Amino acid sequence: MLEPLKEFFRGSRGGQSGGGSPSPSGGPRKPVNGRGGAGEPVLSSRPSRGLEEFFTQIRDTSGLTILELGAATQKNVSFITDLGHRLYSEDFLRIMNDAFGADDTVDQSNPGRIEYFLKQTLDYPQGHFDGVLVWDVLEYLNPVLLNAVVERLHYIVRPKAYMLAFFHSDDKLEEVPSYTFRIGNLNSLEILQHGMRRPAQLYNNRSLEKLFGRFESVKFFLTREQLREVIIKA
Amino acid sequence: MSSMPPARFEAEPRGGAATIGKAVKVVGQIFSREDLYVDGEVEGTVEALEHKLTIGPNGIVRAAVKAREVVALGTIQGNVEATDKIEIRKDAKLTGDIRTARIIIEDGAYFKGSIDIVKPEPVKGAPKAQAPAPAAQPAPPAAAPAAASPPEIRR
Repeated sequence: MLEPLKEFFRGSRGGQSGGGSPSPSGGPRKPVNGRGGAGEPVLSSRPSRGLEEFFTQIRDTSGLTILELGAATQKNVSFITDLGHRLYSEDFLRIMNDAFGADDTVDQSNPGRIEYFLKQTLDYPQGHFDGVLVWDVLEYLNPVLLNAVVERLHYIVRPKAYMLAFFHSDDKLEEVPSYTFRIGNLNSLEILQHGMRRPAQLYNNRSLEKLFGRFESVKFFLTREQLREVIIKA
Repeated sequence: MSSMPPARFEAEPRGGAATIGKAVKVVGQIFSREDLYVDGEVEGTVEALEHKLTIGPNGIVRAAVKAREVVALGTIQGNVEATDKIEIRKDAKLTGDIRTARIIIEDGAYFKGSIDIVKPEPVKGAPKAQAPAPAAQPAPPAAAPAAASPPEIRR
């Protein structure tokens, strides 16, 4: 089991200091999961080294099994299936909101709820996937849930499979932009920003290496949006 | 009523699509030889192999679905095979595995499952006429196979 990265928890969200009160379990408070912020969604596009690296591994072989944890989008579905792969889609954050509530009232450390959540989202056989587009969903998980999810991901991907995950790199943020990621082509992304959202925790390279310690390797690419694109090899 | 035995629903020939209204619940197998619009509740299987199946905004289909074209505005729980295409509209919820030639997903739609894009099969046999031609299923009366093979609903 991976250790919770308590040292990287932040002020009011983490309950380690600041205005936030700790959860009943003594752990940090859960984040607000609902999408905040106002205004119209903003669409931008940019190159993505992480995506390029991900597709370098899967583009020359067809018939792979790819899991996407963001909400299904036309672009991503078309892109992945046009490459000849089978795509599995899990609307991870929506299921998380359903399982734990969209506010701070339910404990993401509850083993029963975690088990239920994993059954809803990641109930796949061992070594089932050749690649996972995780996007930024892991940022919104508290440590206990996060470790359970990472462990399950490790279980359901085959050895040498690749995962692409995003994490904000500015560890002073109270809220981070909430994104939908659409694949533009092999090395570029369209990013739809809709509001702000409170992350459960923020990471530096070391904490990410620790988080994915069971995996073979972790590679980082920093973007101009202060996102770390992380390629994790199983 | 959910306690009803599996029934067979034959779409009546009429001008537009056959409709299952929002106050109707059908448990059993549905074979349709014309376009079908489901705005009610269906449990079992739905087949409209050469036609379009639309799940209306109030529709809840807990069934394995096969059709030429599927348009989801409501809820589908079950595997979907759409030989031509499937459209999952903005407020639709689809939980199940999809096999289709083409897929359209609107932003905001909920989808959980897998997507297999399959090339359309070459035209099988002679082209079938829309109206009096025999359907893919011989459609015997009553529910002979229904009791023997309960509806397959996965996930």
